[in-house]
Amino acid sequence: MEQLLSLLIGVLVAASVYLMLARNLLRFLFGLILLSNAANLTIFVAGRLTPGAPSIVPDGVDAPIDVVANALPQALVLTAIVIGFGLFAFALILAFRAYQSLGTLNTDEMRVAEPKEQ
Amino acid sequence: MDTSTPTRWITPAGLIPVAIAGSLFVWFAQMIPVIAAGDTLRFLWEWVPSLGVNFSFYIDGLSLTFALLITGIGALVMLYSARYLAGHVHQARFSLFLTSFMLSMIGLVLSDNLLILFVFWELTTITSYLLIGFNHDTLKARRSALQALMMTGVGGLALLAGIILIGTTAGTFEMSQINQMPGVLTQSVMYLPILMLVLAGAFTKSAQMPFHFWLPNAMAAPTPVSAYLHSATMVKAGIYLLARTHPSLSGTDVWLWTLTIAGAVTMVFASIMALRQTDLKLALAYTTLMALGALTLLLGNESGYTITAAATFLIVHSLYKAALFLVVGIMDAQTGTRDADKLFGMGKAMPITAIAAGIAALSMAGFPPFLGFIGKELKYAGAIAVASEPIIVAGAFLIASALMVAIAGIVSFRPFWSKSGTPIAGVKEAPWPMLVGPVVLASMGAFFGIFPDVLANSLVNPTVAAIIGNAEPAKELKLWAGVNLPLFLSIATFMLGFTLYYYKIQIRTALIRMTTAAPSFDNGWDTLMAGIASGSKALTRMIQTGVLRQYMFVTFATALVAMGATLFIRTTGIPSVGWPDIELWDWLVFLLVLLGAGLTVVTNSRITAIAGLGVVGIGMAMIFILFSAPDVAITQLLVETLVVVLFAAAALKLPELDKERLGARPLDALIALGFGVVTTIIVMKVTAGPIDRELTTFFETASWPEAFGQNIVNVILVDFRALDTFGEIAVVLIAAISIFALLKSKPEEDKP
Repeated sequence: MEQLLSLLIGVLVAASVYLMLARNLLRFLFGLILLSNAANLTIFVAGRLTPGAPSIVPDGVDAPIDVVANALPQALVLTAIVIGFGLFAFALILAFRAYQSLGTLNTDEMRVAEPKEQ
Repeated sequence: MDTSTPTRWITPAGLIPVAIAGSLFVWFAQMIPVIAAGDTLRFLWEWVPSLGVNFSFYIDGLSLTFALLITGIGALVMLYSARYLAGHVHQARFSLFLTSFMLSMIGLVLSDNLLILFVFWELTTITSYLLIGFNHDTLKARRSALQALMMTGVGGLALLAGIILIGTTAGTFEMSQINQMPGVLTQSVMYLPILMLVLAGAFTKSAQMPFHFWLPNAMAAPTPVSAYLHSATMVKAGIYLLARTHPSLSGTDVWLWTLTIAGAVTMVFASIMALRQTDLKLALAYTTLMALGALTLLLGNESGYTITAAATFLIVHSLYKAALFLVVGIMDAQTGTRDADKLFGMGKAMPITAIAAGIAALSMAGFPPFLGFIGKELKYAGAIAVASEPIIVAGAFLIASALMVAIAGIVSFRPFWSKSGTPIAGVKEAPWPMLVGPVVLASMGAFFGIFPDVLANSLVNPTVAAIIGNAEPAKELKLWAGVNLPLFLSIATFMLGFTLYYYKIQIRTALIRMTTAAPSFDNGWDTLMAGIASGSKALTRMIQTGVLRQYMFVTFATALVAMGATLFIRTTGIPSVGWPDIELWDWLVFLLVLLGAGLTVVTNSRITAIAGLGVVGIGMAMIFILFSAPDVAITQLLVETLVVVLFAAAALKLPELDKERLGARPLDALIALGFGVVTTIIVMKVTAGPIDRELTTFFETASWPEAFGQNIVNVILVDFRALDTFGEIAVVLIAAISIFALLKSKPEEDKP
């Protein structure tokens, strides 16, 4: 299963890179979301996959008896999902305000901060 | 800088530097007996031993001679400055700069560790920059300061590279140890790069052709600075470096010829340029260049005569040149001009200055019984003994020395005693603090001339021993060495010198006509600077296009090449792909995510794209559920819902996506595809390898007994890694505040 998910990560990364190279800022944002999904999945897969055994300590013992899923990547991915959401929300509003001010979503035309061409 | 009105000059700012320099001089002077007896002293404090960087200081004849010159002349110059700059608004700043320079210079000549030497080398560059630019309200001073900084700074970088090469070749940065390993550098394959880099540092610092032009410009500094830094001490740092590395770098043809040619060309060029000047200070500046050229030339050799000549001339020159600079400073302060064509008949009004100037000038011109005579005789004896071309070298010395005679007359005889111009009326003798320096320095030239043995035994012989590394004993310093070739050369020098002095006006006119037509290094400098500025501007415009897409493209392409190349070089093959344990559910989820991602890429509709993203997000959540991560799956679902809601809300106010045909950007597609493939291979390789579950095991066993939680993931988040979670909350909060601020601001306000 790791191989299949590796392939899926590759697909997500390829899609996100292609979208982030686009002129349109909305497509860039789509790419950003896909990229953060791909990153989360990478961390998750790197911790190996264990079906059907959540990492929970059963009642009455000090530690899980059987092999359970790797808890550490799960915790990291949880944090990453939330931070990725914060990043996305901020980027979205930034793009929205840029459109309000500049009247375009085409990044080639967003040159307010650039020096005037001679 | 009018010294005629009595000013309060006894101030802390003026006199503290004198006290520092004076006491250091005394401290160094009491080491003379030890060093003269042939011993050396070494102090060491380890700084970064693992890198071979130590605060190590080494005192032998060479470094002690320099230290005495630096502190001795320093004390006199600082006393002079205390009066010269009395009442100046920035006198305290000046004193600070000058004292810092002195301490850096002492550090430079005492350092044994080459890296520490480099640090002090750069410190002298920086303090010199501050001192040349002391009158920072004039454009000329700022330009000259920057020029000196750039020239010596570039040389300093070359020197650093050379030092690192020396360190890696010899295995140590301690110069005293490297000098004990014969041939360790000269027989290494890195010899030529080392030599070129070290010479680049030495030649820029000591203003050898073609790096000479910053030195005359440095005369924009106040006169005491010119006397101290740009004549007696800092410019000799390059000479010091050549002398210090002499035992381990000299003895090859490259060393011999590079130093001989650079030195001879600089020497002759500078003496001729000196005759061209009407500003007395500039004339002296060019004679300093001449002296630096002579020292470089002499250090190219290894024979006892030439090195003795170098060591003696080093001291002679510092004594008379500092004295003459200070005299010119006095003339400037008392009359307001340094123009050779305006200063006449001051001898009666300022007898002490005139006598001090006369003695110093006689030493400079090389008349007996002054030390300059001995220095000149030794130079001729050394020239005859050089390994390269004795006749040409002796000829160069003859021209340069004859020109020195003429310059000595122009600077020290003409302004005081010549009757060829109108005497300046109402000149007064300078106040005593300004007279002490010239008088003491000039008398020392006379004293050592009459008693050369004192100097020879105390400083010259140990210096020579340090430079040649005991190869050949120092030659004796004598006033009368018998009737020999050097004596005839001396007589020829005087005759030629007098002739030049007699025809000085005609020669100057001719020289001015010639040199104004020729291209100047100084203008070349301006062109170079302008070229660098426009070149960097063009480069910036090329790299910084201001187009986001290009930045992204370069970033992704670079990352792709770096990762791909590392994969290709460091690993072999792609791990075998087997699909044994894949169930139907897995395939379904895979296809779902694939569909969502594909939809997002190909569609030209905003809503379809958002739906595609939602599908990907739900697919992700399903993967988390399938592989035992219920908490992650819940969070993913929640966040995914929020993303879609937010996007949908914002999209209502945003324009439609532009129509983009699939495959319209083949190059971008190629990069994206490459990135995907490389990522897949990396993740496959990672998951095929072993995994270290040490941390996970810790969390599993500690979760219940220590944190009283059964859900291990939750315990990690809120207990073991609580600070991470706190940071995460902070990030979300900051994003929320920023979003709030963005939405509150009015679009009209940020119209350009």
